[in-house]
Amino acid sequence: MAANKPAFDWAAAWVMDPTPLADWLLVAPTLLLMLGGATAIMLRKKTDIQPWIGIGTIGLVVLSNILLLAHVLNNGIVSMVMGSWLPPFGIAFTADAMGVLFALAASIVALCAAIYAAGSIEQSERRYGFYPFLMLLLCGVTGAFLTGDIFNLYVWFEVLLISSFGMIVLGNEKRQLDGAMKYAVLNLLATTLFLVTTGLLYGMVGTLNMADIAMRIPQLPENAPVMGIAALYFLAFGMKAAAFPVNFWLPASYHTPRIVVSAVFAGLLTKVGVYALLRVMLVVMPEGREWLSTLIGLVAVATMLTGVLGALAQTDIRRMLGYIVISGIGTVLAGLAVGSEVSVAGSIFYAAHSILCMTALYLLAGLINLLGGSYSLRELGGLYLRSPLVAACTLVLLFAVAGLPPFSGFWPKVMLVEGALAGGMGWVAAGILVTGVLTAITIGRFWIFIFWRGGPEGVTDGTQVVVQATEEKAVIPVTVLIPLSILTGLIILIGIQPEGVMAIVQKGAAVLVDPATYVQAVFGVKP
Amino acid sequence: MNTVIFRTIAPYLSALMILFSIFVLLRGHNEPGGGFIGGLIAVSAFAIYGIACGVAAVRRAITFHPLSIAAAGLVLSALSVMPSIFLAQPAMTSQWLQIHVFGTPVDLSTPMFFDIGVYLVVVGAITSIALALEEREQK
Repeated sequence: MAANKPAFDWAAAWVMDPTPLADWLLVAPTLLLMLGGATAIMLRKKTDIQPWIGIGTIGLVVLSNILLLAHVLNNGIVSMVMGSWLPPFGIAFTADAMGVLFALAASIVALCAAIYAAGSIEQSERRYGFYPFLMLLLCGVTGAFLTGDIFNLYVWFEVLLISSFGMIVLGNEKRQLDGAMKYAVLNLLATTLFLVTTGLLYGMVGTLNMADIAMRIPQLPENAPVMGIAALYFLAFGMKAAAFPVNFWLPASYHTPRIVVSAVFAGLLTKVGVYALLRVMLVVMPEGREWLSTLIGLVAVATMLTGVLGALAQTDIRRMLGYIVISGIGTVLAGLAVGSEVSVAGSIFYAAHSILCMTALYLLAGLINLLGGSYSLRELGGLYLRSPLVAACTLVLLFAVAGLPPFSGFWPKVMLVEGALAGGMGWVAAGILVTGVLTAITIGRFWIFIFWRGGPEGVTDGTQVVVQATEEKAVIPVTVLIPLSILTGLIILIGIQPEGVMAIVQKGAAVLVDPATYVQAVFGVKP
Repeated sequence: MNTVIFRTIAPYLSALMILFSIFVLLRGHNEPGGGFIGGLIAVSAFAIYGIACGVAAVRRAITFHPLSIAAAGLVLSALSVMPSIFLAQPAMTSQWLQIHVFGTPVDLSTPMFFDIGVYLVVVGAITSIALALEEREQK
């Protein structure tokens, strides 16, 4: 048994230093959201104060995440074990730069959604629990980003899944229930697969702490089924992340709920799957990732291309955006396929950008519906004359989503292409570039149809119909204006000043590529 | 199910079951039991009372809306993990307080309040489902 002895000094993990107050920032977001969500449930009949509870709580969470990010950047990875049960026995919350960056981006888009919903969600739907569900969904998402325990990750998946079921059926229309059904069944399937795989992994290594698993897997005998478990995790999380070919649930369900719900889902849900893939494939079982590298690359390219081709074929804006979400997931997976530090940094950057950008685009689709009265490309047109501001904002977001400079989508794509070329996977780089071109065509079609042409399908440019439409200037409600300006502002800022985010994602990627620092942070010593 | 015997016995049976559920809840710290199982026993009590005397009677008896009870439980559980913040210990670290009631030592602890929170969440959430189902049946 000498060969199986852990290579690090367990005694060091037994030294209990006083926990600094700053470490509590790890659990502050989840605790705040639970308290806020529970309060909102108790006060659900007071529909007027619901938005204030939601916006207030999520605002505090944004603040807490900013502080946590600063803490992690200054002091390295932060880890706290619940109930003073020492690792690997207690459930660890472990935050590295990647997790906190995602948590921060998630809380920002949730805040934007909470503000947007204050103007668009009806009283009856507030009573039905929109804000509690939003808070508990964010609670699940944040918990998943910050936990360091693989079973706890599953628990947070359940929390966010159950809240998302509540949100997707808000409104109770027939086609919503139809979408919710597909969403629920396929996601439950993925979660169950995740649980089963975790059971297998636990049977093999006897621990659930991710750092501990990472340490034990290299010591397993040769015939241990590590590769099989890696493949099962890839399938389970790929389903969650909407990777080809297990992504059919997304286009089937994302266009049915309220637009603000779609915005939250597009920003958060698939990214949790992506996060889990990055974390598990790189930190927990790096050998599995190397073995699956070509397969991940193929899946990534297929996801990107089928996503963007699907978007090109759609006439409903919401369906089109759903396919663009999928295409973005492929881009993130491309970095995982290559697995070098610059590629992984590109993946993290792209995922964070995608959280902000996809939510912004869905909120924008809501605004377009407000102005033009439709979600269909056939029925929209001439909106430029009604609101040049919205047209400009749309153009920024569309450029960002296509990865065109100078917005936030450009830099991660540069890193991903660079990484893929350096890693000898030129075909993945080609896939990213072709997708970029196709996305540019898609967004061109989007913008020209909705804003540039004179009116809906069948109207010739410059005819009387359009001139009349220009007479009434559009009034944009303040609940739409604030979230859209926050998100668009961030996207422009990251595009022009990428250094800040770049530094964060490089720190995050360094941890993923060399998990020793992660293990060290949890156990307090070098492995 | 609406026999006289059942309707007569149901309130007593429910009261007994709720008492038992609290016993199971408090026993849970060191022995089999706890908030989850205790909560389920309490829900069965409400369900029996509902089948015998109608959903309206149950709603009157528990005063608060089941969902509010669940939310209150969540608040209690979330608060119970926090006291260790003042002692520079990680979250959820248990804190103990021994008080003497007429000479009998009684141990109060944060895990107990956490468990009571779990109990309330289970009672609230599952009662609300059970009552909704019973209501549907009685229509």
